[in-house]
Amino acid sequence: MAFPGARKIATIELRTDRDVAKARSRVSEIMKAKGSRDLMTTRFVTAVSEIARNAATHGKGGRLLVYDMPDPRLIGVECVDEGSGIEDVERAMVDGYSTRQNSLGRGLGGAKRLAKTFTIESTPGKGTVVRMTGICTTR
Amino acid sequence: MTEKVLENTLEALKEDAEGILREWIDQADEDGAKRSDLFSEKEERDQAASMLRAFRLGVRDTSREGDFDLRDEHWADLRGILAEVTHERVERGVLPGEMAAFVLALKTPLFGRLTEKLKGQPDRLIEEVLVVSKAIDAFALYTNEIFIAEREQIIERQRDEMLELSTPVVELWDKVLTLPLIGTLDSLRAQEVMESLLQAIVERQAEVVIVDITGVKTVDTQVAQHLLRTAAAVRLMGARCIISGISPKIAQTMVELGVDVGEVRTRSSIKNALTDALTSVGVAIRSIEDSPRTRK
Repeated sequence: MAFPGARKIATIELRTDRDVAKARSRVSEIMKAKGSRDLMTTRFVTAVSEIARNAATHGKGGRLLVYDMPDPRLIGVECVDEGSGIEDVERAMVDGYSTRQNSLGRGLGGAKRLAKTFTIESTPGKGTVVRMTGICTTR
Repeated sequence: MTEKVLENTLEALKEDAEGILREWIDQADEDGAKRSDLFSEKEERDQAASMLRAFRLGVRDTSREGDFDLRDEHWADLRGILAEVTHERVERGVLPGEMAAFVLALKTPLFGRLTEKLKGQPDRLIEEVLVVSKAIDAFALYTNEIFIAEREQIIERQRDEMLELSTPVVELWDKVLTLPLIGTLDSLRAQEVMESLLQAIVERQAEVVIVDITGVKTVDTQVAQHLLRTAAAVRLMGARCIISGISPKIAQTMVELGVDVGEVRTRSSIKNALTDALTSVGVAIRSIEDSPRTRK
């Protein structure tokens, strides 16, 4: 179970840039339905965009699962890919580090700062799982 | 037994093709699947007749082989005609359900004739009705698949058109260009945006370029990267780049992401950006009262 007591409400396949856009608009819709404020939505959707793109490009495709959390003020997502995995997770989290030249290298670190909680598990050769929760409303 | 499974259907089709055709169209009319408003009597009849002919040929070969599969070679004719008819009907605005209902209406005349032919042989009747039913259902489903495929083509085409439309470079004033970005800025679009922008700078001898991102919902690191690279390329061309339309929530998100815009000028609204741009090319916008009229 990704999050104890959580209920899965959506699954989005991630293969192309278009799927990443779909994931963003889907998560944004769900958060709005939960009464999320614009700022909260923008922040979390941006974080989702980062990890979804990682799965689509580095992970050779994956899935984004969206969860209703036991705490109704929160939203949870789990991004799973079966790509090459990350050799050194701690280093990947550091801003400015990237395996590609044309990248700012701030995706993972940025996503962590934008989300409420952030965990990453990666096994080289097997794939990566990122779990994040975001705040929709403070009330 | 199985090799003769559609024997009676074939016989009925041979004996009274005209009658079946008439009853089929009548039945479709009764089911509300006939669109007299979109097709003339004759067109409707011709379409149905060609479908029935192909159906008969298919039935003839099926009764030899015994087994039914729409993908078989001998149904190729019918598949082709169904595709053609469905395509024509989509163009004229027939609904998918109506097309399927039209095909399904063929069951009525066929079953009526089978019931008469196989009077006293209920087992044979059920068997043959089942096979015919399965075949006609498959055709009806097939028309639906064609409908969906046609729709998907339309969607694909519209998406391509939108992609092209969404990178318009507009000349606001002499030497001032603007590029309003809308939607998502993935790598493909970013490349197109960059190309059309740089080309326009050369053509219009632009000095200032305003890239407006009011219509961009999410600015993640990739989008930020594309924007900064575009700005850098614009600078290399000797023009200045102003990024406008950064909303408070996007500004806060970009700070958290750790995106540094460096020397790139940013403005919250396109209005401010335009004022800036005009000033730098030595022009200003004033209200009419302030300026003396040059003409009477």
